[in-house]
Amino acid sequence: MIEIKILSEPLLVDACSKKVQDPAAGGINIFVGTVRNQTKGKAVLRLEFEAYESMAISEMNKIANTMQEKWDCFHICIHHRVGVLNIQDIAVVIAVSCAHRKASFEACQYAIDTLKQTVPIWKKEIFEDGEEWVSAHP
Amino acid sequence: MKLTLISYGIARDILPAHKHALDIEVNTIEDLKTSLCKDYPELKNLQSISFAVNEEYRDDAFILSENDEVVIIPPVAGG
Repeated sequence: MIEIKILSEPLLVDACSKKVQDPAAGGINIFVGTVRNQTKGKAVLRLEFEAYESMAISEMNKIANTMQEKWDCFHICIHHRVGVLNIQDIAVVIAVSCAHRKASFEACQYAIDTLKQTVPIWKKEIFEDGEEWVSAHP
Repeated sequence: MKLTLISYGIARDILPAHKHALDIEVNTIEDLKTSLCKDYPELKNLQSISFAVNEEYRDDAFILSENDEVVIIPPVAGG
């Protein structure tokens, strides 16, 4: 089972965990990406996420398909938030179940690393004295 | 060639609108990139610019067709 969603309401880690449960699974690995209160020492007030939704879903599906092919994952659930997020809010949840823990760690790491490189989602950091699109400039 | 250009993130701040119509003499993504960088020099300061047509990344050699919807993708930053 693969479930990919882009949501504008708060993400629920427990719901993602339940989605990937399987009697044959020896482990569920969950990555939870949260909003940090500073970047390079500068206080961040909040983040604003936007997505090119149809393509973002398609790219996350590619990631999930690769996870199933490469690590024999049973189930994969990826939820990504969009809109305004405050400090500590959850931006992304990636949950994966596998027969063994090593595969679950590797698959989850692959998923978040690849998501950050290929999925068309952007975030703007809002500071007290301005704002900046993350990673936009060298 | 008539194209619709859709932009997100910082590209939306640089270009005139999220979605705007172009009538432009181009064949490939590379031509379009060159033309856009000339008209909107701020695009050249970005870490990277990618393009998508029909929800897939397309390389510089991709040949555009009349009425394509082209999405300009500045550096992504999900997660």
